[in-house]
Amino acid sequence: MFDFIPQIPLADWVDAATNFITSTFSFVFNPIRNQFGDFMSWTASQLSAIPPFVIVILVAVCAFFITGKRIGLAAFSVVGLILIDNQGLWDQLMSTFTLVIIASLLSIIIGVPVGILMSKSKTAEAIILPILDFMQTMPAFVYLIPAVAFFSIGMVPGVFASLIFATPPTVRFTNLGIRQVSTELVEAAEAFGSTGSQRLFKVELPMAKKTIMAGINQTVMLSLSMVVIASMIGAPGLGRPVLSALQRAQAGPGFVAGLSIVILAIIMDRFTQNIYKK
Amino acid sequence: MPVIAVKDLSKVFGKNIKQSLKLLDEGKKKDEILKETGDTVGVNRASFEVEAGEIFVIMGLSGSGKSTLIRLINRLIEPTEGSVTIDGENLATMNKDDLRRVRREKLSMVFQKFGLFPFRTILENAEYGLEVQGMPKQEREEKAKKALDLVGLGNYVNQYPEQLSGGMQQRVGLARALANDPEVLLMDEAFSALDPLIRKDMQDELLELQQSMQKTIIFITHDLDEALRIGDRIALMKDGSIVQIGTPEEILVNPANDYVERFVEDVDRSKVLTAENIMKRPETINIEKHGPRVALERMAEEGISSIYVTDSKRNLKGYVTADDASAARKKEIRDLKEILKTNVPTVERDKPMQEIFELIYDSPVPIPVVDNGKLVGIIIRGSVLAALAGESEVLNNV
Repeated sequence: MFDFIPQIPLADWVDAATNFITSTFSFVFNPIRNQFGDFMSWTASQLSAIPPFVIVILVAVCAFFITGKRIGLAAFSVVGLILIDNQGLWDQLMSTFTLVIIASLLSIIIGVPVGILMSKSKTAEAIILPILDFMQTMPAFVYLIPAVAFFSIGMVPGVFASLIFATPPTVRFTNLGIRQVSTELVEAAEAFGSTGSQRLFKVELPMAKKTIMAGINQTVMLSLSMVVIASMIGAPGLGRPVLSALQRAQAGPGFVAGLSIVILAIIMDRFTQNIYKK
Repeated sequence: MPVIAVKDLSKVFGKNIKQSLKLLDEGKKKDEILKETGDTVGVNRASFEVEAGEIFVIMGLSGSGKSTLIRLINRLIEPTEGSVTIDGENLATMNKDDLRRVRREKLSMVFQKFGLFPFRTILENAEYGLEVQGMPKQEREEKAKKALDLVGLGNYVNQYPEQLSGGMQQRVGLARALANDPEVLLMDEAFSALDPLIRKDMQDELLELQQSMQKTIIFITHDLDEALRIGDRIALMKDGSIVQIGTPEEILVNPANDYVERFVEDVDRSKVLTAENIMKRPETINIEKHGPRVALERMAEEGISSIYVTDSKRNLKGYVTADDASAARKKEIRDLKEILKTNVPTVERDKPMQEIFELIYDSPVPIPVVDNGKLVGIIIRGSVLAALAGESEVLNNV
C-alpha cells in the first residue's frame, strides 16, 4: 500500500534535530546540568540530614492544621512515614520528594503564565492546546531519550521529563479557571475602569484560584508518577528499588517500594487538596 | 445641556457588518438583515439625550437590545457606529486610557445579578472602583463606608456577599457604584433578580436616594410597572430600535404605535394578576420563640385581629386570633400550639386573582400566599378590590 511514496526519514530528522540542539545549546544545557544538578543533590542531602522524627512531627503538625484540626491525615502520615523509614527507604524518599517538589514548582512557574496567556488569546489557545495534547499522549519513555542527550543522566533529566509530562494540567486548569469567571464579574471589573492587570490579579485569578489549585494537584500527582520512569535514567529515589525489583523479578521489595510511593502520593495529594479547599 | 447624548448608536454582531449597516440605512428590519447577511442587529441607530438628575428608563422585552444598548454606552461592547457623548467627549471613539478614565470618574454600573466579588468583603467590594484608581486605603475605605451607610449597610462591612440576602447584595452593588461619585449611573435590570416585595422596597429607596443625590441614571428594565414607577422619561425598545420616548404619562396616554399600545393596554386585570402581584408583607410570630403575650402585643401594634404563625424557617403553621390569645393569657397558657388554628386555605404565588375571589370572601382571615410551604405574603380584601379597580400602587409587579 502507498508504495509509491518513499519512506519519509522522520526518525532521522528527529535524530538530526536532537544532535543539533545538543551540540549547539550545550553551553546552556551543561551549566543547567551541573549547577541545577548540584543544587538538587544538595537539597536532597540536606533533607536527609534532618533526623526523620523531626520531619515526621513536622508533617503531622502541618497535616493536623491543614485539614482543619482533624486527626486522620496526621495519623496516617505518622504511620506511613515511620513505615517507610522502617523499610530503610528514607533517603530514597527524600530524593523523590526533592525531585517531585522541584519539578512541580517549575511546572507551576511555567504553567500558570502559559495558562493565563491561553485564556487571553484565542490564537494562543489554538496553538498551545495541540501541543499540550502531544505532551500528554506521547509515551513518557520517549522524552527520556532527548532528556539524556541534553542533560546526561541523574535528577536533571528526570525533572525535564517530568516537566513535559506534568505541566499540561496546570496550563489547562489555569486557562479553564480564568475563562470560567462569569461575564458579569469581568464586566464589573471593566466597568469600574480596571486595567488589564488589575482585572487579572484582582478579579480573575482570585476567582480561578480553586480551579488552578485543582490543576496544580494534578501536576504534583503526575510528576510523582514520573518517579519510577525517571529512575530508568538514573534519577535517585523510590523509583530505583522498584526498577531493580522489576529487573530481578522480586515481588517483595518491589511491593515495599511501590507502597512507599503510594504513601507519599496520598500525603501530597491530601495536602494540596486541602490547600485549595480553603 | 444634556449630561449624556447618544446619537445613531448601532451594534451589529456578525461578519458582514458593512453590508448590514447599509441595509440598516435603507430602513431594513432586524429579521430581514438576518436573512440577507446572517448578521444580528443588536441596536439599531438609537438616539436620545439624558438631562442631569434625570432617571431615564430604557424598557423592552428580552431580545429587544436594551442590555446591549446600556453596554454600548460604557463600551463594554464596542459600538459599530454612532456616538456617545459625555461632557463633550465621545466615548465611542476615544482611546483605551481615556475610556478607562471616564469609566473611573464619570460612569458606574449596577448589574442584574449584582456582579459582586465573592472573595471580597462588603467593604472591599464597595471600595473596588476607588481601589483601581490607586486611591490610598484609608481614604477609599472612608468613602466606601459612606456609600454603604447611604444604602443602610454600614454595619455589614466585614461580611461576605454570600452572607447577605439578594436585596442587601444589590445595595452593595449600588454602594459600589456610588462610592466613586459618578455623574452617570447605569443600572442594568438592577432589581429584576429580587423578590417582588423587596423589589418595590428597592425602587422606593432608589427614588428616595435620588432626591438627595440627583444623579443622572439610565435604568434598564423589562417591567412596565417598574418603568412607570421610577422613570422620569421612558424609552421603549423593540428589535433593537427605540420606538417611543416620553414621560410615563405620554406613553400611557399616547402610545406611538401598536407595539407600545399592546404593552400598556388595560387588559382584564383579574386574569393577568396573580397572588404574587397583590400580596402584602405578612405580620408573623414564631411558634418556637413566642407565646400568646407576644402575639397579642404584635396584633395591637399593627391593629389587626389575627396573626400568622410560622416556625423559624418561615414554614406556615397556622394563625391565632386576638380573642383566643387574650383568653389564653388570662388562663396563663404559655404555648401557642394550644390556641393555634390550622385550617387555613392557602394559595401559591402564581394563583390567578380570579380564583382568589371566592376564597377571600369565605375566609375570616387574610389568605396566606405560600411557596413550598413557606409563608411569603398575605392577601387582604382591600388589595384585591383595589387591584381590580386598576390602582397600580397596590401591585408588586405585573
